[in-house]
Amino acid sequence: MGGSSPCASCKLLRRRCAKDCIFAPYFPSEDPHKFAIVHKVFGASNVSKMLQELPIEQRADAVSSLVYEANARVRDPVYGCLGAISYLQNQVSHLQMQLAAAQTEILCIQMQHESTQIDIHQPTNNNLDTISRYLNFSSSTNVIQGPVPLKRESLWI
Amino acid sequence: MSSGRCAACRYLRRRCTEDCILSPYFPSNNPQRFVSVHRIYGASNVTKLLLQLPTHLRAEAADSLYFEAQCRLEDPVYGCVGLIFMLQQQIHAAESQLVKTQAEIAVMKSQGQNPEAQQAEQDFNNLLLQQSDNDAALSFPNQVSSGFI
Repeated sequence: MGGSSPCASCKLLRRRCAKDCIFAPYFPSEDPHKFAIVHKVFGASNVSKMLQELPIEQRADAVSSLVYEANARVRDPVYGCLGAISYLQNQVSHLQMQLAAAQTEILCIQMQHESTQIDIHQPTNNNLDTISRYLNFSSSTNVIQGPVPLKRESLWI
Repeated sequence: MSSGRCAACRYLRRRCTEDCILSPYFPSNNPQRFVSVHRIYGASNVTKLLLQLPTHLRAEAADSLYFEAQCRLEDPVYGCVGLIFMLQQQIHAAESQLVKTQAEIAVMKSQGQNPEAQQAEQDFNNLLLQQSDNDAALSFPNQVSSGFI
């Protein structure tokens, strides 16, 4: 079997790509830009040390996050990922304020509904007058609130 | 005068010149700051990066490099990208909650739209109760009158 093609890292670093090359699984030769950007920001030896300190099953995720950070740093050399983090933190604050305002509005509406219910359940003199006229009760005395006095009056008529 | 060296030059064991690019941002009283940045980025990458920037932006760049280096040291797999994921999840959760809450408000407002109709219905119900009470009183006058007198 002929020699396999070196990984993107070894190609860029111009060295022989060993069988146990730590970069080879994560930096295939088809995507040279991926390693180039990570090398530019972090340096190949730092990336190699970082990967060596991790269990194999976590290395792919680590490479993905390093690539993400390196891209962010190249796009924004001053703030890197911090720019995105600040933006997202502002969004979270803004949403939390909107949520608090909406929850306050719900409380206000609930309080309004409750006060409306209290008014309904406490009949006024006006309501009872209306009811009396409707039922055609005649009375020589003043109408008194509550159903019991009405019954008393109806007995003595 | 070794006491005049910045944290970077002290760590790298070299002479700290007057125009040392790292010394304004890595003072000798905070050696850990440089150690963190050097472990993740390397001194020469940091130097190259700062040299690319105008002087007035270098302090912010050094601070953000330090922040990201710290995140990476604390979380070697995700670094500060872990924080980005977490914030995105918080945003998603807050947006869902806000949509639900706004829908609740819309329902509550539509239920409270017609208070006059609700009042009329309640008056009618009270009327019916009064009518049934009075009918009961008229049907059994002896029993009721003994209770009242």
